[in-house]
Amino acid sequence: MTKVLESRGLNKSFGAVTAAADINVSIEQDSVVGLIGSNGAGKTTFINLVTGYLQPTSGSIHYLDRDITGLTPRQITRLGICRSFQIPQLFQSLTVQENLHVGVGIAARTHPQAGAAIADEQQEIQTLIERFNLRGYRSQLASQLPEGVRKLLDIAMAVAGRPNVLMLDEPTSGVSADEKFRLMDMVMQALKAQGVTVLFVEHDMDIVERYTHRVLAFYEGRIIADGEPAAVLKDAEVRKYVIGDTHAGAH
Amino acid sequence: MQEVLAILIDGITYASWLFIIAVGLTLVYGVMKILNVAHGSLYALGAYAATSLGGYWLAHGYPPVGTYGMLALAAIAVGLVAGPLIERGLLRRMYGNEEVVLVLITYAVFLILEDLSKLLWGVDPLSIPEPYSLLGNFEIGGLVYPNYNLLLLAVSLLVGAALALVLNGTRQGKILQAVIHDREMSAAVGINVSRVYLVTFTVGAMLAAMGGALTAPSIAVQPGISADTIVLAFAVVVIGGLGSLGGAALGAVLVGLVRAWAVHKWPEVELFSVYAVMALVLILRPKGLFAVPEARKI
Amino acid sequence: MRDRTLVLLAAALAAMLAAGFLLPQWINTLTIAIAWGVVVVGMMLMMRTGLVSFGQGLYYCLGGYSAAVLHKFYDIGDILVMLLAGMLVAAAVAAVLGLLMAKYRDIFFAMLSLAFSMILFGLLVKSEQLGSTDGFGLSVRSVAGAALPQGHERFVVFAGAAVVAFVAALAMHRYLASHLGRLAGAIKDNELRVEYMGESVRKLIHVNYVISAALAGAGGALAAITIGHVDPEMSFWTQSGEFVFITILSGTGSVLAPFLGAIIFETVRSFAYEHSPNTWQMVLGFTMLLVIMFLPGGLWSIFQRRREAA
Repeated sequence: MTKVLESRGLNKSFGAVTAAADINVSIEQDSVVGLIGSNGAGKTTFINLVTGYLQPTSGSIHYLDRDITGLTPRQITRLGICRSFQIPQLFQSLTVQENLHVGVGIAARTHPQAGAAIADEQQEIQTLIERFNLRGYRSQLASQLPEGVRKLLDIAMAVAGRPNVLMLDEPTSGVSADEKFRLMDMVMQALKAQGVTVLFVEHDMDIVERYTHRVLAFYEGRIIADGEPAAVLKDAEVRKYVIGDTHAGAH
Repeated sequence: MQEVLAILIDGITYASWLFIIAVGLTLVYGVMKILNVAHGSLYALGAYAATSLGGYWLAHGYPPVGTYGMLALAAIAVGLVAGPLIERGLLRRMYGNEEVVLVLITYAVFLILEDLSKLLWGVDPLSIPEPYSLLGNFEIGGLVYPNYNLLLLAVSLLVGAALALVLNGTRQGKILQAVIHDREMSAAVGINVSRVYLVTFTVGAMLAAMGGALTAPSIAVQPGISADTIVLAFAVVVIGGLGSLGGAALGAVLVGLVRAWAVHKWPEVELFSVYAVMALVLILRPKGLFAVPEARKI
Repeated sequence: MRDRTLVLLAAALAAMLAAGFLLPQWINTLTIAIAWGVVVVGMMLMMRTGLVSFGQGLYYCLGGYSAAVLHKFYDIGDILVMLLAGMLVAAAVAAVLGLLMAKYRDIFFAMLSLAFSMILFGLLVKSEQLGSTDGFGLSVRSVAGAALPQGHERFVVFAGAAVVAFVAALAMHRYLASHLGRLAGAIKDNELRVEYMGESVRKLIHVNYVISAALAGAGGALAAITIGHVDPEMSFWTQSGEFVFITILSGTGSVLAPFLGAIIFETVRSFAYEHSPNTWQMVLGFTMLLVIMFLPGGLWSIFQRRREAA
């Protein structure tokens, strides 16, 4: 198994607040990893650190044997790590079609792997619209889309960069319970075609169980459990600090 | 040595003036997030009103010492009339727009008030020298300075102290600070943000007018002083950090001293020394000397 | 859509030339309006990128003084050379200043740009060589080497300005329709997303900043040639304020809008100066308020089918 992403001794503190504490993680190519933890546990901070939005206080991040610590989001995106956001980052005043037009346009011109692969920008936009079921919303302004569709567009934008590693921050939050699975099915289906390593933050344990090969549980900036979903979700500490099972200690 | 003394005194005098004209601007920005271009117009209106009221007072043969009262009256009158008019009549409808749009709106008000003062007072220069000359001069180290400078210094210190006291020591001040930090949250906990805005803007207007009233005795009051003054106020406020009272004070001192030094040592750059300082400060500290920290976005 | 603008531009050019021919007493006003329109085209680009400059007068003034300096110190009287000099000097200064400016947004960008324009103002006022507050004059006698026909100098300047405006507007139109043009709007909307897609926001802002400066420099040179005089007021912040006003008045919907706005502005100002010089700023102010409050897309939005946002 190739190691695609690795963090070594990753630390991040804001004054007295520790957002990441000694994170040592190694992610394998093509795996699907779930990041769980209560709010403020450090999941988004981890994504922010890996993608260069935040600089670590100490430690390093490696992508395919290359040290990417200290690079900017722009540089890291070009290398092949793309992400979606907790609050979808879209071009509100543009339509879905126009959003993707901008996104694909940038990807084609700035990502080495995308630039080679995207022969026809319009075709690429079409493909993304089809894959993420956005056809009915094509001409709607991003600001007017229902939340689930905004999430899909946000993810589609990330995928437009033809990433090697895709990090999704709470892809199903704000989406109604019955739609969650449909959304994840669609996303996973769309990604299967491209052979992508996926990490996603999720609060819904059913989704975590269903889609991930591996789960990382965060608590107060540290990783308190790392392994297969079934095992991690049964872990006592995880049950206590993440799932909120107050009887965990009794088992 | 005498030159250093001269630079210091000139610098502190200019700094006092700068602080007075800038403090209202930074207060309004801090609370309302509006960079009020019309602040310069309110300054001019204060100067014009002071000239009129002072002239009226003297014309009726009252003792010249009363003109100081007229200066104060002018400031209060302009502030109390123009402040609520502009805030209630116009700005209130436009909150929620982008910051830049609000600046443009105040710029439009600036243009309107500029011509209004021309209509009310004409285009010829006016003057009210009595409050200035009445105080006489003082001597220090062989240099002679008008005592009026000391008045400016005293007023600026008083205003600064008073504002600091109100902001930090009173309940109203705490409310103001809450609104400065988070308007939505303040409204959510029951603060009457609408009234805070009205009061703040009116106080800002009074401070601007007071700057003008205090300056009137030492200048020719004419069209154009608003444009000249607002850019200086901008510079001081931006240098100090938008919304920071302490920043305005520090910015005023910095600009005052630099300009005084330029006037004495390198006159060619005097006019732009203010903006050069502003550019330099922004380069080193992009949000000014005392900036409010921002929350995480993603 | 692209064809429509091209047709409209060509028609506008023809109409403008005809107007100058038929109403020679208006030529000066029209030429200034065109020159200012060119400046505002550049400001429109910046506004589309999400930035409002309160110091475009800096480049307008640099353009004007470049032309004037060529005349005064090098005895050059060629319109084309002056125009190119104005653009190049402005672009060169913007290339350097842009490194700094591209890091700022919103109020700070506006204030910093204002600061630099006031720095130039201060420098010029203190410069005896350049006439201090009086400034100095310039005149032209040729265009691209060909001597200007006697008695028709004004019309040639006017026609030249119209052609320059046509070319500038067309180029900007093409630019805005391209990928880079689309990126301007994207940056204004969500910089973070642009960076996270892999594009450098700062680099793009820098490029657009230089383009807008070059256009302001061109406008400044044209204005200086038309008026026959330059002075430091060209860099005073109120001059920049007028450019901002016209930009708001015009709206950013089309490259034609700046010229519509500039012509209306110049015409109203000429009338106002003549009949009521102490109230025209008031008229400006009220107009600006009305536009901002009731027609936020500017005058041009009247002609556009506006997109409905919820």
